[in-house]
Amino acid sequence: MPQIPLEHILLLSAVLFSLGILAVITKRHAVVVLMGIELIFNAANLNLVAFSRHDPQLLQGQMFSLFVIVIAAAEAAVALAIVLRVYQHFKTANLSEIATQD
Amino acid sequence: MLFYIFAILAIVSGAYMVLTRNLLYAGFSLLIVLLSIAGIYVLLFADFIAVTQLMVYVGGVLVLILFGIMLSSRVHDKSVLSENVNTVWGTLIAGLIVVGLSYSILKANISSLPWLQTTELNVLGDQKSTVQTIGIKLMTDFVLPFEIASLLLLIALMGAAYIATDKQKV
Repeated sequence: MPQIPLEHILLLSAVLFSLGILAVITKRHAVVVLMGIELIFNAANLNLVAFSRHDPQLLQGQMFSLFVIVIAAAEAAVALAIVLRVYQHFKTANLSEIATQD
Repeated sequence: MLFYIFAILAIVSGAYMVLTRNLLYAGFSLLIVLLSIAGIYVLLFADFIAVTQLMVYVGGVLVLILFGIMLSSRVHDKSVLSENVNTVWGTLIAGLIVVGLSYSILKANISSLPWLQTTELNVLGDQKSTVQTIGIKLMTDFVLPFEIASLLLLIALMGAAYIATDKQKV
């Protein structure tokens, strides 16, 4: 099986990262902003796993990406709980409307 | 070849997630992105990470996000839409980031790094999967981060349950 070139994986990761940034900047619904953050986490993880392919005895990149996944799961749970509380309080999940309300 | 199919699938559904205004379509295109990234993990000889990605992201985080969409939107709306702002600046910044990253990746000539050249061969060694290595690593070198991660998950679980509770009804 031919090796996948490392540059192609890094380019895919760069595109996914910028798509996540685009979602975070342009979207105004809090849940879609969280989805963009998940996309950024996945792009970072892809880089770690790609470099870990060259480290088969230690697998440090894969260990690191495992902890990234764990922390991303914890972050998603807490952030969605906060979004729910904000929605119950302000009756909207739109970030611009929340920012202008008292 | 399979990698490029997964890569195109991930980029196209990632772009659709950004472009669409429907929240549920965005959630399900995020599902396709996560699934294709799990496929790429398998192609990169990271089988345990791929299974973890499937279980944690597709099985956990995505269901949580869909619950978040359902609970944070008005029920009488016909379709759940999100508003777009800062499209010019957002496109400019994201475009600059992707151009800058691609330029530096292509300029850096990563494949000719010495430690990558020496370890290119014999990708998985004599073993068939990475599960045994990861298990041994978790119990020896990474035991302190492992325990801290378990504590963090417990704290996040308690905090999320406490924050999401409606205090007026209880």
